[in-house]
Amino acid sequence: MIFGDLLKKVKRERPSPKDAPKHWIKCKKCQAIMYYKEIAEKSFVCPKCDNHMRINAAQRIEMLTDAGSFEEHDANLKPIDPLSFVDKKSYKQRVEESVEKTGRHSAVISGSCTIGGISTELVVFDFDFMGGSLGSVEGEKIVRAVNRAIERRVGVVIVSASGGARMQESTFSLMQMAKTSAALRRLDKEKLPFISILTDPTFGGVSASFAMLGDIIIAEPGTIIGFAGARVIKQTIGAELPEGFQSAEFLVEHGLIDMVEHRKTLKSTVGNLLKIMSR
Amino acid sequence: MAFYLDFENKIKNIQEEIELAEIRKDDHAKAIFEKELDKVVEQTYSNLSAYQQLQLARHQDRPYAIDYVKLIMHDYHEIHGERTFRDDPAIVCYMGYIDEQKCVVIGEQKGRGTKNKLKRNFGMPHPEGYRKALRAVKLAEKFNLPVLMLIDTPGAYPGLGAEERGQSEAIARNLYELSDLGTTTISVVIGEGGSGGALAIGVADRLAMMRYSVFSVISPEGCAAILWNDPTKVETATKALKITAEDLKELDLIDDIIDEPLIGAHRDKNRAADAIKNYFLREVSALEKLSIDERLAKRYARLESIGRFQEDSKA
Repeated sequence: MIFGDLLKKVKRERPSPKDAPKHWIKCKKCQAIMYYKEIAEKSFVCPKCDNHMRINAAQRIEMLTDAGSFEEHDANLKPIDPLSFVDKKSYKQRVEESVEKTGRHSAVISGSCTIGGISTELVVFDFDFMGGSLGSVEGEKIVRAVNRAIERRVGVVIVSASGGARMQESTFSLMQMAKTSAALRRLDKEKLPFISILTDPTFGGVSASFAMLGDIIIAEPGTIIGFAGARVIKQTIGAELPEGFQSAEFLVEHGLIDMVEHRKTLKSTVGNLLKIMSR
Repeated sequence: MAFYLDFENKIKNIQEEIELAEIRKDDHAKAIFEKELDKVVEQTYSNLSAYQQLQLARHQDRPYAIDYVKLIMHDYHEIHGERTFRDDPAIVCYMGYIDEQKCVVIGEQKGRGTKNKLKRNFGMPHPEGYRKALRAVKLAEKFNLPVLMLIDTPGAYPGLGAEERGQSEAIARNLYELSDLGTTTISVVIGEGGSGGALAIGVADRLAMMRYSVFSVISPEGCAAILWNDPTKVETATKALKITAEDLKELDLIDDIIDEPLIGAHRDKNRAADAIKNYFLREVSALEKLSIDERLAKRYARLESIGRFQEDSKA
């Protein structure tokens, strides 16, 4: 009981994202405690150990797009519960909690913007919304972004941060892998660029569909990327995994992605690549 | 020795009686038992729970891809490898004929018996398996051959080498290419349709399921462990995920349910094989009445329409 109470207290005292800007922030990697404002100015990269902290979709958009250029689309799409799915909680309740936490109705924000002056369609995943999982709304937003890109003759940038397909939508979510990949094939035939940016973490149904289909695939340092989670692999093969397995650096070494790009140069790199690939 | 699941026990008893009657050459008794069998089959199989259907989908006597290939193809040749790393025995590819129809058949192959199970990696492909499948469908496209893809896997292999060689990319690439492949494609879930590893050969003009097959975003075991945090909740998870052919047809996520014999493909391989063969030939001839551009447009429209959500009017 005492332990339980203590746990509750700790939970209560943890500041919610609504309390932001918090005054102090601790780096999860090197445990350094820093002034929030200072870290925010450095794009949430730890000045001591260079750890790229997880950021939410709104912060990502601010960091990646030209100031004032982002115009959101499809914010009116909301998840429903096609299977009346209930595990330990109902899907409806999980959605409600995520809506309360993020103030939005899906795990992606999508819209039109310019990056380094180049017009593009942008889709950004928010890990805070049900682990950035891919459901019907997320899939639909991606397809609509691709369709807008084809109409406007511009490229697409998708920033992934996701545990994979959303189990509560079962096969509906599985099929979003096919739906989004098919849409990107259309973009490809139109000879328009697609840049896939992988941020921590990118797994499962997201990595096994659009995230790995970029003309150029960029990951942030330290991002963990894979098909199966490390725990499942360890259980399956019954052995320890090598150091750095499934890290962004590991994927570059194995020829699976193009580059690891520091957050401070990410925007200029994406802008320049879009410029090179535009007609 | 045939293997019986616990809910199949009544069937086992009657089938043993039929065999005894055959030995005794007692045609009268045999006829009576056969009638009885039909009744019990009807009773047993018309009201299966989702979990029982999952057990049937994984039944050890269920025909695997190669069993079907042997039953429905003739003058065929197995083709191997993706030309880069190695041949993956968990996926098999053939060129040959089904009746008069030249075609390419691709299947995920589980093994029977310990040695074969290991050789086939329990039907869990590596990236090179998916890349071999891609090579095979590209050949089919080049020579305008229809493709039959037989899905039967617990999932893509979660291993060290699989990750190093890009399991995600291999699956993604297949979804991408198959969505736009310029030939007729038919996918049939014959047993277990495990997640992305199944979908990697499941994007087609027609996606059908055998009566007792399942298709799911995650294994019910995995789902129980993650969402319920309780591995014993497998039956609950199986039901919640809606993975049976009937469920998925009702949700309009698959095109057709193939008329597998009520007693199950594991008890009547020939009729099960005929059902697949007839479905394939019928759908190919129906699809090929359309031009390739029409077929591709339909395939894409179908994919694009999948998903259920609410769209509020813009504020």
